[in-house]
Amino acid sequence: MRTIFTAVFLFALWLLMSGIYKPMIVGFGAVSVVLIMVVTRRMDAADGDRVQLDLKPLALIGYLAWLLVEIAKANWAVTRIVLSPKMPIRQHLFKVPFSQKTDLAQVLFANSITLTPGTISVESGPNDFLVHALAYCAEDNLALAEMDRHVSLTERRVTT
Amino acid sequence: MTTFEIALSVLGWLFILSGSFFAIVGAFGIWRFPDFWSRLHAASITDSAGVILLLVGMAIEAGLGLVTVKLVIIGVFLFITGPTATHAVANAALVSGLRPHEAPGLTGAEPDYQSDPDDS
Repeated sequence: MRTIFTAVFLFALWLLMSGIYKPMIVGFGAVSVVLIMVVTRRMDAADGDRVQLDLKPLALIGYLAWLLVEIAKANWAVTRIVLSPKMPIRQHLFKVPFSQKTDLAQVLFANSITLTPGTISVESGPNDFLVHALAYCAEDNLALAEMDRHVSLTERRVTT
Repeated sequence: MTTFEIALSVLGWLFILSGSFFAIVGAFGIWRFPDFWSRLHAASITDSAGVILLLVGMAIEAGLGLVTVKLVIIGVFLFITGPTATHAVANAALVSGLRPHEAPGLTGAEPDYQSDPDDS
């Protein structure tokens, strides 16, 4: 079942990307799909490493919409710093605790921090990220705590 | 050309022009900011606002079709790889001992954990 789904998905991707529907080109696509399936099957036999997608799809879409607004706001703030004559930079390196349980949600949080201009996640520890801010103010901690809550909402509860 | 098509085209160009504006602001910031850490932030303007607005503008200009599908795939790809690459550069700087110039009155947190550069 998983094999069939992967093959169909890969072939659909080929058709969308190529846009040329001559028999030879489509044939190349089919051959590529078979080749990829063989190679991944061998790799799976070697380590069996899988990524678990423990995220809720609908909540994730809602989160991305929210993140887009945050990115817009942060972009405007950093643009003003770049263009202002005084250039009010207050660099600071500080720790931001995270509440996500799964690796993927933690990656989502860290990448969201980096994607919003003005903050970059630099290092990850067992309970918190080290974050660098361009123009640090005390409200940054609150804003990042709010982002942390939003990311956690997209996380599927793992039964422990 | 109908009025609707003209309006759509104008909207697309507005997106493309504003995207170009943010890309240039990012480049200007890289040139203007004083050190490595602050320059990373200037680059992320180009990475986020520039890329998003340009892609949306191009998608509107291209209309519904295979080109737009490709633009969406490019967008998803950059949304994941952009921050990952920025993080990799920042992390490499931290591991090799570079610290940001802290603002007056602030002390930077030191990592009490350190990922091994040879690991992963």
